[in-house]
Amino acid sequence: MTATLTKHIVDVQDVSLAFGNVKALQTVSLTLAEGEITALVGDNGAGKSTLVRCISGIHKPQSGTISFEGTPVHFRNPEDAREKGIETVHQNLALVDDLTVWQNLFLNRELTRGIGPIRFLDRKAMKEAADRMVSTLAVNVPAVKSKVRRLSGGQRQAVSICRAAGFSSKLVIMDEPTAALGVQETAKVEELILKLRNDGHSVLLISHNFSQVMRLSDQVWVMRAGRCVAGRRTTETSGDEIVSLITGSREN
Amino acid sequence: MSSISHNPPAQAQRTPTTVNTPESPRPKTAPKSGAWHEDLKRISFWADHAAIIGLVILVAVFTVLNPVFLTVGNIQSILIAASILIVLTIGQAFVILSDGIDLSVASTMTLGVIAFGIAYAQGAGLVVSMISAVVASTLVGVLNGVLIAKGKITDFIVTLGSLSVASGLALVLSDGKPTSITSVELINFSTHGVLIFGFPFIVAAILAVLAHVVLFRTRFGTHLFATGGSKEAAQATGISTARIKVAVYTISGVLAGVAAILLIARVGASEPAANTTFLLNSVAAVVLGGVSLTGGRGSVFGPIVGALLLTVLTNGLTLMNVSQFYQPLAVGVVVILAALLSRFQK
Repeated sequence: MTATLTKHIVDVQDVSLAFGNVKALQTVSLTLAEGEITALVGDNGAGKSTLVRCISGIHKPQSGTISFEGTPVHFRNPEDAREKGIETVHQNLALVDDLTVWQNLFLNRELTRGIGPIRFLDRKAMKEAADRMVSTLAVNVPAVKSKVRRLSGGQRQAVSICRAAGFSSKLVIMDEPTAALGVQETAKVEELILKLRNDGHSVLLISHNFSQVMRLSDQVWVMRAGRCVAGRRTTETSGDEIVSLITGSREN
Repeated sequence: MSSISHNPPAQAQRTPTTVNTPESPRPKTAPKSGAWHEDLKRISFWADHAAIIGLVILVAVFTVLNPVFLTVGNIQSILIAASILIVLTIGQAFVILSDGIDLSVASTMTLGVIAFGIAYAQGAGLVVSMISAVVASTLVGVLNGVLIAKGKITDFIVTLGSLSVASGLALVLSDGKPTSITSVELINFSTHGVLIFGFPFIVAAILAVLAHVVLFRTRFGTHLFATGGSKEAAQATGISTARIKVAVYTISGVLAGVAAILLIARVGASEPAANTTFLLNSVAAVVLGGVSLTGGRGSVFGPIVGALLLTVLTNGLTLMNVSQFYQPLAVGVVVILAALLSRFQK
């Protein structure tokens, strides 16, 4: 690995993980640069999600190290990772339909006020903060008082991304953020992802959509059969090259 | 591996967003300022307020049929009669809001009643007897919660089992015999009050306000709604849904213990009766009160109005000398009608 000028927010070194006989990850090494959008591509079953789950604290690597901001980390659960500033936008978005937008934004991180152990929700503060989060970040998130049930697919995605981006997170991991969206909603969500980077967040993006990867990312890592087989600067590669790396018709 | 230089990322064409998107930035909100008679035309209005509308209609009908119905004395007795059901209903509402159901709630109350009777018969004071009732019922609640949350058994099965266990235990412990409890304090408690509100009703009302605060003004309440609304989402944000489950069944147990005390004060004895009507009516009141049976949506006051409605129904039918045999039939019809109407909720 050559010395680089860029600071790495995440440094994955020789990480392996097997589920029984299935070698999900084999000595995977890659880095995510701070303040960049890094894309992770590969065929189904290539190990993308498993790797992401290691970074976000759901799985524990059996060997190898993961460093976050320069120091090796051993997350026991997703809460650990979240405390360090790693947020994940889940594929199912993890929103509660019958709660309002602000309640979802603050789910399990509610602000309270009170004396000693007797604490009540600070609804006013949460609504105001939610309004700020939504207005600074999102393009198309509706009034924070409306129920999530009333939102469109893109608006839900925006709420979910908003939640991940808030609370001073440093790395936002997104698993197929536009898979279920229409053309216009996809454009809005992409705009939001770029805005995250411009606001200083690092982003790890899993996507099957190559033109999206080319449009958004700064760096692309390609996975195949549990290994990280190649890495490219997005500006120095093409969609065709990425596809041939994914299928294995071209080695590194 | 490839070297990473830090080029300023020359982004390929950032997607320009179209100015006019069909998606409106804000969702349409129901016209709140709209004329009230517009509201009346929508069936969802009737569905959302089924309990209160039903209550008003029943009161009107019974008042016309029997002038005694709307006297201070009768209202007083309705409120006292409703208080036991209200307390049980609050517990049931917590459980159903978390996407569960507590079929054991009435048997748990019976076990509490028997625990009270045993303590009292052995010369324990009133306070110790009351604590015994609450402790016994709470234990059943905790057991329900732990079996459901940690044992991962369906709510329905666990509480169906503990329904049987608790009522069986009540029969065994009491040997099937009632113990009469003659306490001046308890008689005073159930026959006095403030204005038209008897003390049992005041207890129920205080618990209702507490329940409302817990549900809508604490983190626990929000987490309860999240657990009932989407267990996966709640877990993904780090909420321990198992803890919430144990908590709601414990709350239901504690309230069944309080209801046991109210029942003893009312009956003046500790009997190992089945009290099945209380179980059916507590579920019925929650459904009438607009709580979604799949959890995550509803309030406390809706179910309480539901409990009042069921009590008014029983009271009114009794006043009109309708045979007691018709009461379960009437309750059943009302509940099914309410369930039908709830399909039209927003």
